[in-house]
Amino acid sequence: MKNALGATREEIFQKNLAEYGQYHFMAKKYSKGSTYRNLSQLGVLMSLKTFPGGVHPHDFKHFSKTAAIDKLPPPEKVIIPMSQHIGSPSSPCVKVGDEVLVGQLIAEASGFVSIPQHASISGKVTKIDLFAHPVGTKQMAIEITGDGLDKWIELVDDENYLDLTPDEMKKRIADAGVCGMGGAGFPTHVKLSPPKDKVIDTVILNGVECEPYLTSDYRLMIERPEEILRGLENVMKVVGASKGIIGIESNKPDAIALLQKHTASKANIEVVGLKMQYPQGAEKQLIYAATKRKVPNKGGLPMAVGVVVQNVGTAVAVYEAVRYKKPLLERVITVTGSIVKRPANFLARVGTPYSVLVDNCDGVNTEIGKIISGGPMMGFSLPNLDAPMTKGSSGIVLMNRTEAKQLQEHTCLRCAKCVDVCPLNLLPSLIVSAVKVEDLEMANKAGMTDCMKCGSCAYVCPAQIRLVQWIDTGKIKWAALQRAKK
Amino acid sequence: MNDKLLVSPAPHLHDRTNVSMVMWNVILALTPALVMATYFWGIKALMLTLLGAVTAVVTEAAVQKFRKVPISVADGSAFLTGMLLSFNIHANSPWWLPVVGSVFAIVVGKQVFGGLGNNPVNPALLGRAFLLASWPTLVTNGWIPTRSGSINGINPDLIGTNLQTIAPKAYELITSATPLKVAQTIRDTSFVSSLTGSATENATLASNIFNSLFDMGTLKAMFWGNIGGCIGEVSVFALLLGAAYLLYKNIIEWRIPLFYIGTVFALSFLFGGITGSRYSVMLPFFHIFGGGLMLGAFFMATDYTTSPITKRGRIIFAIGCGVLTIVIRLVGGYPEGVSYSILFMNVMTPLIDRLTMPKAFGEVKK
Repeated sequence: MKNALGATREEIFQKNLAEYGQYHFMAKKYSKGSTYRNLSQLGVLMSLKTFPGGVHPHDFKHFSKTAAIDKLPPPEKVIIPMSQHIGSPSSPCVKVGDEVLVGQLIAEASGFVSIPQHASISGKVTKIDLFAHPVGTKQMAIEITGDGLDKWIELVDDENYLDLTPDEMKKRIADAGVCGMGGAGFPTHVKLSPPKDKVIDTVILNGVECEPYLTSDYRLMIERPEEILRGLENVMKVVGASKGIIGIESNKPDAIALLQKHTASKANIEVVGLKMQYPQGAEKQLIYAATKRKVPNKGGLPMAVGVVVQNVGTAVAVYEAVRYKKPLLERVITVTGSIVKRPANFLARVGTPYSVLVDNCDGVNTEIGKIISGGPMMGFSLPNLDAPMTKGSSGIVLMNRTEAKQLQEHTCLRCAKCVDVCPLNLLPSLIVSAVKVEDLEMANKAGMTDCMKCGSCAYVCPAQIRLVQWIDTGKIKWAALQRAKK
Repeated sequence: MNDKLLVSPAPHLHDRTNVSMVMWNVILALTPALVMATYFWGIKALMLTLLGAVTAVVTEAAVQKFRKVPISVADGSAFLTGMLLSFNIHANSPWWLPVVGSVFAIVVGKQVFGGLGNNPVNPALLGRAFLLASWPTLVTNGWIPTRSGSINGINPDLIGTNLQTIAPKAYELITSATPLKVAQTIRDTSFVSSLTGSATENATLASNIFNSLFDMGTLKAMFWGNIGGCIGEVSVFALLLGAAYLLYKNIIEWRIPLFYIGTVFALSFLFGGITGSRYSVMLPFFHIFGGGLMLGAFFMATDYTTSPITKRGRIIFAIGCGVLTIVIRLVGGYPEGVSYSILFMNVMTPLIDRLTMPKAFGEVKK
């Protein structure tokens, strides 16, 4: 099978193998922890833009970064969850037994903050029921069994798509069911509809991909830069922004160089190289790194500082939705890990079961210790590979037993490493000790409800305390308390 | 395959540091100072240190067995406490001194509060304070010179010819006291007035002795550790070597040592002089090289459990340590104030943390 760049999978495999040798050396070098922090704080490494706090996990991108995007044939069966986004779940508008075409509407948006869903293969609706969802729970989904014909609905090719009015563009984006593809999955048309009094002057495209292992955004940037830029111009036109910024971390120098080449003639678009640091892909951190603007906490949105952020994958989806009226029904997803036989970046249909994706990598070469849906810092670990990929699925990471091994929690030493790395300037250790004694007021003073669960604190904790889990527990208790008060 | 699959909350990566790695790295960072001490005072310095460390380990294991909790001495924290305790006594101490000190440090300083992570003050410093209160003469007297024969690096011949006959008290001082003790004694006006005959002669003599504290020869001796003092504190060079390692490994953070040493440097420059002495930029170096400041600032004030967790808090903590150290050294009754100032600021830590809660990223003014 040849992929987009014309390389056979055997060639990609050989390329990857060459990188494996490097991996062992790198993993050793970086697993010792973030020795660079003190240096960078003293200003030695301050030349590139970044944000305060954060950690430097080894990026483990070597496995899959040389694997060109591989277009998978439509699978035999897809499971399309009704909840792939933030907001109310879509409501099915087909019944069991209905014949559907690729791109046909199968579920409608159930409100403004919601998106429609479309069939990603052609065939018959065989079940509408609860199915495994990549966040680890069971959720309502539509199962379609394919007919193997891959018959599409009719798409358009609107060459003058940039002449459309912002409202027409927004309608096409909403109709295509586009939501944020970086993970959170906020409906894109909502993000692009700021209140009238908010002026958006800057659109930032998120090409940071700070999660270790994942390479789907990276491959997209080096293989489809034109479409990303068209998507950016689309988004800028919709919100009326005069400036576009593409933020990319310095571990992807080729992506920076390529996009800089493509934007050389465009004065209003800037490609910004960022210092490698997790969680730079978090919206607020990226905005600060690229523009020095601080989004207010306690529910503040980027629009408060005149910015809209979109993932690079979302930009491509926006472009395809506006120009071709193509629904969001396929995306690039990375399947990777030290035990995956042929780590890959697939262009796969939404709803493809994870097991099909792993099979397409020729499986694994040892027992799996952990299955992670998404990146290892914020992803969900799953009990099996039954869940389907969604519009927000950026990757599957498989770990062996050793990599997955968890050490026992120790008493807190009060070493404050969590405080030093917290990108939101909270006091994680204090929150946790307050949650442990049920002092939620104190936990809140230390910033509990501001926490975005990036996991930097738990990553560095020498006592192996699962801070994110404790903070989450506190948040749930706090929410229950607030409800009880009302 | 599914029965062995781990399902757990994110993050699924860890930087692979752990408590014992941190502790043993600190012990490793203290090794140069131990090597220097062994070189200057012979095998006794090494034996006293090991005695203190082993006692601490045995005591901790015994207490944990008694408390019926898992025995965790392998994490190195008890060894480190015992080592630091022994670093705070001089090489001429009796063998039982580090033993008693370590037992006190572990039992009263650490285990009664629940062990590692729960102690309010630095156990090693508490152990030292206990020894100082119980056997003051043993702890503050009996300093011995290093093998090359010097106790404070001052050359009596440079201060005045025939000093031994003209001013025997001054001669005795500079041949038997540690640099900080010399500095403290020379500030004492009744001591100065009893030196020789006339007041002018006394003043000249006093300022000569004072100036010699921070001439190049003395400072060099203090930098390498070729002076009298506690086992682990004398060699600034060895301590800086260890501190650089800990900073590089990101085990200690720069704020506390920088602001502690910086405060001592600034205050000693402003207030460290005596009447008639010359003001020199070298004077503060005498104060930051002298006594236990380097050991205290890099290895004891930075103790995780007993220092503030907030970034601003650490700065306040360190400045507090610095101010108290200088106050004790310049106007207090002891020649050295590092251990007491750190102990005092340890007690202030919960309050400092509470008063320096940081603003969250993007926090708006209410």
